[in-house]
Amino acid sequence: MRFILRRLGFYLIAFWVSITLNFLLPRFMPGDPVSRMFARTQDRMQPEQIEALRKLLGVDDRPIWEQYVGYMHNMVTGQMGVSISRFPTPVTEVIASQVGWTLLLGGTALVIAAVVGNLLGILAAWRRGGAIDSALPPFLIFIGSFPYFWLAMGALYLFGVTLGWFPIRHAFSDTIEPSFSWEFMSDVGMHLVLPALTIVLVSVGGWMLGMRNTMIATNAEDYITMAEAKGLRPGRIMFRYAARNAMLPSVTSFGMSLGFVVGGALLTEVVFAYPGVGYQLLNAVQGLDYPLMQGLFLTITAAVLLANFLVDILYVRLDPRVRAN
Amino acid sequence: MTVSQTSFGSHEPVLEIKDLTVKYRGDTRSTTAVDRVSFSIGVGEIFGLAGESGCGKSTIANAIMRLLRDPAEISGGSIRFGGKDVLAMRPEELRRFRWQDVAMVFQSAMNSLNPVMTIGDQIVDIYTTHAGYTRKESLRRAAELLELVRIDPARLKSYPHQLSGGMRQRAVIAMAVALKPSLLILDEPTTALDVVVQQEIMAQIKELQRELGFSVLFITHDMSLMVELSHRMAVMYGGRIVETAKAKDIHAAPLHPYTQALMGAFPPLTGPRVPLTGLADGVKFSNIADLQEVSPAHFVSPLPALQGAQP
Amino acid sequence: MTSSIATTASTVSGETLAGGTPPGTLAGNTAGTPDGGAGLPPGASVRRPNRSLLHGLLTNKKAMTGAAILFVFIALALLAPVLYPDNPSKITGMASQEPDAEFWLGTTAKGQDVLALTIHGARSSLFVGLTVGFASTFIGILVGLASAYFGKFIDEALSLTTNVFLLLPGLPLLVILAAFLPPGLGTVILVLVVTGWAGSARVLRSQALSIRSKDFVAAAVVTGERPLRIMFREILPNMASIVMGTLLACIIYGIGAQAGLEFLGLGDVSTVSWGNNLYWAGNEGALLTGSWWVFVPSGLCIALVAFSLSLVNYAVDEVTNPRLRKIRKPKPAKPGKRASA
Repeated sequence: MRFILRRLGFYLIAFWVSITLNFLLPRFMPGDPVSRMFARTQDRMQPEQIEALRKLLGVDDRPIWEQYVGYMHNMVTGQMGVSISRFPTPVTEVIASQVGWTLLLGGTALVIAAVVGNLLGILAAWRRGGAIDSALPPFLIFIGSFPYFWLAMGALYLFGVTLGWFPIRHAFSDTIEPSFSWEFMSDVGMHLVLPALTIVLVSVGGWMLGMRNTMIATNAEDYITMAEAKGLRPGRIMFRYAARNAMLPSVTSFGMSLGFVVGGALLTEVVFAYPGVGYQLLNAVQGLDYPLMQGLFLTITAAVLLANFLVDILYVRLDPRVRAN
Repeated sequence: MTVSQTSFGSHEPVLEIKDLTVKYRGDTRSTTAVDRVSFSIGVGEIFGLAGESGCGKSTIANAIMRLLRDPAEISGGSIRFGGKDVLAMRPEELRRFRWQDVAMVFQSAMNSLNPVMTIGDQIVDIYTTHAGYTRKESLRRAAELLELVRIDPARLKSYPHQLSGGMRQRAVIAMAVALKPSLLILDEPTTALDVVVQQEIMAQIKELQRELGFSVLFITHDMSLMVELSHRMAVMYGGRIVETAKAKDIHAAPLHPYTQALMGAFPPLTGPRVPLTGLADGVKFSNIADLQEVSPAHFVSPLPALQGAQP
Repeated sequence: MTSSIATTASTVSGETLAGGTPPGTLAGNTAGTPDGGAGLPPGASVRRPNRSLLHGLLTNKKAMTGAAILFVFIALALLAPVLYPDNPSKITGMASQEPDAEFWLGTTAKGQDVLALTIHGARSSLFVGLTVGFASTFIGILVGLASAYFGKFIDEALSLTTNVFLLLPGLPLLVILAAFLPPGLGTVILVLVVTGWAGSARVLRSQALSIRSKDFVAAAVVTGERPLRIMFREILPNMASIVMGTLLACIIYGIGAQAGLEFLGLGDVSTVSWGNNLYWAGNEGALLTGSWWVFVPSGLCIALVAFSLSLVNYAVDEVTNPRLRKIRKPKPAKPGKRASA
């Protein structure tokens, strides 16, 4: 319990840092990008909307601490202003319509990559010098060396444009009305294949190597020797004794890698024009939509922190030693 | 000297090791950790194997159960258990041989227990794998087993880190006798424990041995403990056995200078100056010769080896 | 016989490489592990692991392959102004030409020579990657050493900062920072260092902590050596392999993240770099028109450089952690091989 509370406190601090960063950036960056934005978009806005945005982004005559308190209050209560590129939709509404797609894409890719990667790692470590152990790591390192977006471009070009096996953009076809029908779901599935595949390909090597290396260390532990001496069946030793222990660091890095997956998903979304938060973030940047940018950053951060917290809870369930203290 | 001598002297060895040689293969050269070692253990006999760390005694223990891993490998000799050739066993046969015929108590109980499994589950594993019991039946037997080593059966649900060091080692001993093996290997079972707990554990083992009648290969560097418990013993140095005899004979008259040093004997008043207590001061023996019988059942590596004693 | 036992221990601990110890000294055979060197003068305890690391890398196939690939790219980057003295962005041919004898890698939709863009791109990409790598590692070293040496409050504060930065999702942070800062190469480097240092700091701190607790550091503290000297002369040299691994990882991060940032159009779009080449390729619809030759070369270059660095990194792991080394079939010892060590 104390472990969980400590982690919770840590995540709150991290969240506070990201809000503060959001607060400071438009106020202290050189070049005054915010004025540029106002110059471009002012004529479309109502005076009270301009006023709210000025306060949000710091074009404001109040003392800085007062701005800060107001800003914190706004963020915590979810008042993130209106989007400029999608004027006059509130930022929260724009984000709410995107976040599901990113969760679908990132979640699918992450789970597949982690499961496949860890299984391969277990097998490679168990059969040192075997086919999986000697051929796969260099290959996966090589694949993992490609930038996410480049593999995405390659997949799009090869399987989308040239072979035409999969759709090349968006999350579902324009011709289909979103519903819980089989037709729509399978359409979404088809659109998911290429972006998810890209992320899986790039990240699976990291999982595999990480698991393989901890497994190798774990296999040298006395309790593995004892399990062998006990005459247990190899499968049981591999999973219940070796992998079960080697998995613990893997679970921790699962949380850590979430941030990377979000980054990868972001780039992949851009290539496939997949309507998630990543694609939206780029649109916001291109449209000088600072309120939306900030809202997206905060949302992504909050999601990553929350996921990490869930992983911590899982970790406590998996490692009895943490439970005790 | 309270050991019962009744079962000692059986002519049918449980374990027979002949010229066992184990090498560690390095990148560019290999080193010999166990060099042409032979001994046998009779039914119900407690055989002690003494020597300093790194002399190869634990390697022998692991070799008997074929637990050696790369880069260690058995490069010569034979290990026979109850007439079966251990080194020729196929994987499935070997898996059944382990723990049913020979069980082992490892040096550190903390490290030899799986930290993420309860003690109960780790015992249940043994029964479900080897005896084919149901989980329920296995748990019942696991509880009995813990009672046998005087641990509260409620501890079945405990994880290793929740037990004290002594309790953990007793749990490991309980696991070792779960299938009533005919040979129990004790690889420095008390090294990591404090003296009081050490005594408890040794008493426990003696009691179990009397009750269940298994043979024991007892490995330690603690000579007093060894003499107290063993019927027969061997002293190892540099991968070779330098002396083997009944424990009381070695205790009374150790012949090899290395044995004498281990026993803390005093140097003789005449003869060549041999730094007997100077094991830490760079005394090395090399080219240890084969054992020769000097009196009934007392074998020693001949003294010429002493010439190599001065570095 | 006896000598073979002494080396058994050292074989198992993986310190067989390099003839660092003079033959015949059996007692100090396991030195080279930091605690084994406790009684030795700092120089002696320090140099051996480095030399064996270097030797290990030089005889490691992965490391040498990686180094060779890297060398080719560095040479190309340095020779770019000689090979293509013209501005690579200059329009020299027809639009979207397939690779042929004149333009080996074809032309872009604008009619620029893809090969010239790719070779010149190496300059900016390698420069940014190396700068980011070294800067991030340097900060990581400072933070790690300070954390480990001073401990207590300083460690708490630094660890907290490190962990927070590690947790904030990197690319979105990158995008936000780049969006607010004026565009330019300086911004790219700054932003990449800000988001990249935490990973190295975390790894280096934990390694520094374990060395900090060794006896020889305690001895140095007791004899009154200055903190800076202890940190940089006693602790740091013993972290050589970890520092190297971190540096390589940071360079990989730098090259990849720069490409990602530029691909999003957040770099300085006027410079020629692999990331910008890909940005333009995407912008000009190379994918949809089927001009694969426009986006393949730059991506492949990024991948090859990152791969070569990964190979070296992997080799560092293998050399320092013998358990990861490939299991070889036992073969007769070659006497000549060791003598050259």
